[in-house]
Amino acid sequence: MSRIGVAFDKARADGRALLVGCMPAGFPTVEGSIAAMTAMVEAGVDVIEVEIPYSDPVMDGPVIQKASDIALAGGVRTADTLRIVEAVAATGAPVVTMTYWNPIERYGVDVFARDLAAAGGTGLITPDLIPDEADEWLAASEAHGLDRTFLVSPSSTDARLAMTVQHCRGFVYATAVMGVTGARARTSDAAPTLVSRVREVTDLPVGVGLGVGTGAQAGTVAGYADGVIVGSALVRCVLDASSEAEGMAALRTLSAELAEGVRNPVR
Amino acid sequence: MSADALAPVAGPQPDSAGHFGRFGGRFVPEALVAALDELDGAWRTAMTDDSFRDEFGALLRDYAGTPSLLYEARRFSAKVGARVLLKREDLNHTGAHKVRNVLGQALLTRRMGKTRVIAETGAGQHGVATATAAALFDLECVVYMGEVDTERQALNVARMRMLGATVVPVTTGSRTLKDAMNEAMRDWVANVDQTHYLIGTAAGPHPFPAMVRDFVRGIGDEARQQCLDLTGALPDAVTACVGGGSNALGIFHAFVPDEDVRLYGFEAGGDGVTTTRHAASITGGSAGVLHGARTYVLQDADGQTLESHSISAGLDYPGVGPEHAWLHDTGRANYLPVTDDEAMAAFQLLCRTEGIIPAIESSHALAGTVALAPKLAAELGREPTIVVNLSGRGDKDVHTAGDYFGILDKES
Repeated sequence: MSRIGVAFDKARADGRALLVGCMPAGFPTVEGSIAAMTAMVEAGVDVIEVEIPYSDPVMDGPVIQKASDIALAGGVRTADTLRIVEAVAATGAPVVTMTYWNPIERYGVDVFARDLAAAGGTGLITPDLIPDEADEWLAASEAHGLDRTFLVSPSSTDARLAMTVQHCRGFVYATAVMGVTGARARTSDAAPTLVSRVREVTDLPVGVGLGVGTGAQAGTVAGYADGVIVGSALVRCVLDASSEAEGMAALRTLSAELAEGVRNPVR
Repeated sequence: MSADALAPVAGPQPDSAGHFGRFGGRFVPEALVAALDELDGAWRTAMTDDSFRDEFGALLRDYAGTPSLLYEARRFSAKVGARVLLKREDLNHTGAHKVRNVLGQALLTRRMGKTRVIAETGAGQHGVATATAAALFDLECVVYMGEVDTERQALNVARMRMLGATVVPVTTGSRTLKDAMNEAMRDWVANVDQTHYLIGTAAGPHPFPAMVRDFVRGIGDEARQQCLDLTGALPDAVTACVGGGSNALGIFHAFVPDEDVRLYGFEAGGDGVTTTRHAASITGGSAGVLHGARTYVLQDADGQTLESHSISAGLDYPGVGPEHAWLHDTGRANYLPVTDDEAMAAFQLLCRTEGIIPAIESSHALAGTVALAPKLAAELGREPTIVVNLSGRGDKDVHTAGDYFGILDKES
């Protein structure tokens, strides 16, 4: 079983959801992103999602796009992001990567899979790669023992939902809302329905992302999902801080609050 | 001709998943797949529906003003050394070929029961065309436009607003067409239930490239017949500018089976394709994935999209429609870069010889034709006949051109 799968199983046995925290690689710097992700783990984030920055992130809202732009302007390369994966994996927390497809295709799909596995990454979330176009990635992830997380959406038909989760390994990413990344005032009404639709067609754990930003929201989502994925709210801690120390403190505080939330599911 | 602009023709088609060889396809968030499937179904059904075809044909004829003329540009021809026939898409309502595409997609929007359209625009020509169709069909209209482009195309921004559209300046990234397209995609992901994304060129995820081509391919159907009527023969070459590439595909498509007709697409070479300032995705880029399809893209070694440059806001885009990528790979069409300066020289030449102010986009096709004519004449041993797609008129570009030639009064 995949390392992510083991982590999900353990959390399930503890009667709680897994907390996945996302941060763009190289934001605000390569070293700064390693420090931020390490702090998140220390404060209770179970799984780190390392987003490989991309120039045209159509699934991301303004917060993550701005952070990605800062990382790219700082000169971060795909090779650097693998170094970050390696450093964060050394903390013991499972590390999953996420990126748009072009950087992977450009790096070389099989070579990327090989290097990601060697760096200790568990797999890849692909926001703009659907299974229909993923033959090369299916083969590479198979060859190198990596998880594949495709997204399902409230608009996915039953047939597409079944087809998509059939190609997933590790966990399924359910997008809670029709929209892009970014914390929202209310949690989604569509998400519980989507999660139960996924459960009808697979035993894989389901992580819910998009729109979660507070401990209370994390608790609500933890009431019906196996994993709670938080990105923009964590990124904002660093983005909005007036100093590095202030950013890290805010990041630790929010991480701890979210970790508390997933341990207190609202059912 | 335009009465049944959707009649089937021979020629390349994508496969059922929208692949042109190794290009095309769908590289999109799952959230959009249902909408793309819905659009694909609506488009395929409409194509075989006589009432749709009749309505589209009537709109093209009675509203857009097509068939557009095929005009023999005698004074320009004399300067160039070829018999140059201009396909006058600049005479269409809203001033460009783009009206054909928006009318087709607006009809589909209504057919799908959606009430809102969004669009991205560079030069503003597609934005104006979309706002026009939205007004005609009583649809809410939001147009995303890079902040840089809203400044250099202020007149078209005013036009869109007059037509009732909301223009949203995009301040992310390079603040040009590419970023406007990203914002439109984000809007679409969030509002897909009631919204149709009216993509302005033959790019993006399947079915857009094939669907847009089919809505604009009346240009080539008309030009082919008009050339036969006028000259008794097919042309030696057909030329067009290529940004996203809808006008070029529109005129190429009917000629693709005519193997003796050479097809030339002229890309925006900016300061030159060997510099970092150009928008020539095929001649100066490499295969990659951008905005929902695999195609030629301007990108760095890590697959990050590079900023493009062209004096023409309408060509200032780092990608190209996937069918062009395929036509390039198969060798059926030739793609060559034209610099800003070459385009502006041709712009001026057409103004002075024919009394026609072309869009700067179209001036790239004219400049390419100027360069092509002597080579073709030498090869054929006679004066060649070249059909040039004059895809749009230059009113919107008067400020840019006036600035370039230094002929604007300070106060203006």
